[in-house]
Amino acid sequence: MKKDSLPQDPSALKNFTREVCYVKDEDGKYEQGLSTGWNVKADALNEAWVEINRRIEEAAKQVELGKKSPVLFFMELRLMDYPTLSGYTGFWKFTIKRHMKPSVFKKLSEKKLKIYAKVFKISVDELKSFDGRNIDRYTK
Amino acid sequence: MEEILTDIPSKRQHIQTAHCENGVVTSLLKYHGVDFMNEPLAFGIGAGMFYVHLPFLKINNAPAIAFRIMPGYIFRDTCKALGVNITRKKFRSPDAAKTYLDNKIAEGEPVGCQVGVFNLPYFPREYRFHFNAHNIIIHGFENGRYIVSDPVMEELTSLSPEELEEVRFARGPLAPNGQIYYPSDVGEISPERLKKAVKKGIKKTAWWMTQVPIEQIGARGFNYTAKKIRKWRSELGERKAGLYLAQIVRMQEEIGTGGGGFRFIYAAFLEQAAEILNNDKLIPFSEEMTKSGDLLRYNAVRMAGVIKGRNTEQKDFDEVADAMAEISALELQAFKKLRKLRL
Repeated sequence: MKKDSLPQDPSALKNFTREVCYVKDEDGKYEQGLSTGWNVKADALNEAWVEINRRIEEAAKQVELGKKSPVLFFMELRLMDYPTLSGYTGFWKFTIKRHMKPSVFKKLSEKKLKIYAKVFKISVDELKSFDGRNIDRYTK
Repeated sequence: MEEILTDIPSKRQHIQTAHCENGVVTSLLKYHGVDFMNEPLAFGIGAGMFYVHLPFLKINNAPAIAFRIMPGYIFRDTCKALGVNITRKKFRSPDAAKTYLDNKIAEGEPVGCQVGVFNLPYFPREYRFHFNAHNIIIHGFENGRYIVSDPVMEELTSLSPEELEEVRFARGPLAPNGQIYYPSDVGEISPERLKKAVKKGIKKTAWWMTQVPIEQIGARGFNYTAKKIRKWRSELGERKAGLYLAQIVRMQEEIGTGGGGFRFIYAAFLEQAAEILNNDKLIPFSEEMTKSGDLLRYNAVRMAGVIKGRNTEQKDFDEVADAMAEISALELQAFKKLRKLRL
């Protein structure tokens, strides 16, 4: 890539930093160039976030319909997958999946609820009271 | 904690690089007197360039592909090749991790720390995923905050003790466990040693890119991805297939790659290697890498067309796959030749 073709598009990095890219100068030698961003990868990142938000809304709907417990919603809200949530809580993936059943979730001990609440950075009450309809509180 | 831990400001040099691990290697070695070190050199000696498509693993619900070697390898291999010893420590207890770090910076020496990105307050929210193999340097402690040199940032930044503890003890895949590392016993590095290290780095990358008999690894890996891409649209539907392409674009072009899936950094390394080894035969290989990087970038533009919903026919996926296959052939040929080149 030539130095003068290094894109300087607006991106989420604005006001945080510019990124280093390697570009060729006029003499064809490599040097560092700074870029504010590139539309192509901004589109890709944006698409990843559209998907994240879709998953969060889908999870809220599942909770509202009584098919899943709030654990699923907060897992998606915090951008976690099973290995990550498992790492933070110390529960096996199998156990977490069970906790996502509303019937099992209702009977969870205070201790386990506290673990989830701490990992999700919410109170136990917030965890228990999430019903899928109060989603705006977390996504706005 | 008192403020006795402040490092000498003149030594608190911040070096910005494309990739965090290259940056930490470069900064720490430079601090220890290895003046010639720079990012492409660290990346090349540490044999950082790579390609792999892990078929069964998913990251953020999309395929796991990487344009670079496993985290930690660049630091390990660069230091090893230059005869520099590394001290690494992981911790169970955050308190022990903090005490160790505080003692180390009290000696006035910067140290590398592995951290998770999700809770890094100085990153934009859009970039904060659960990625745990980020690397930063701690330079000291001032006004109740740790002085942080994050290689991808333009300026020095800082973290409170609580913030630092949180990112050092992020959990999940590749959990840092408070890992701290720094080079020790950095002696004089002779020109012969450097030459040997450069040769070794080149040979290692050439081996990884051509000799692993697994179709997902090395230059052949691009071809594997190409085969997959051809099937994505019919197997997964347009939305998910587009999302998978978005993942490729991000792994390839996002902050940290230097552009073109690390290929431009590697081209810069080969350019330097030609000079260090006084061997002009390496220049065409640098040009091949530039070409590969450029092709990858054109392909990213193509993929963006699919992602944005402008071109979502099967033929558009096929075009992306064709380009991937072309890159596979180019790199396979280049690295096969490079492997045979007498250095």
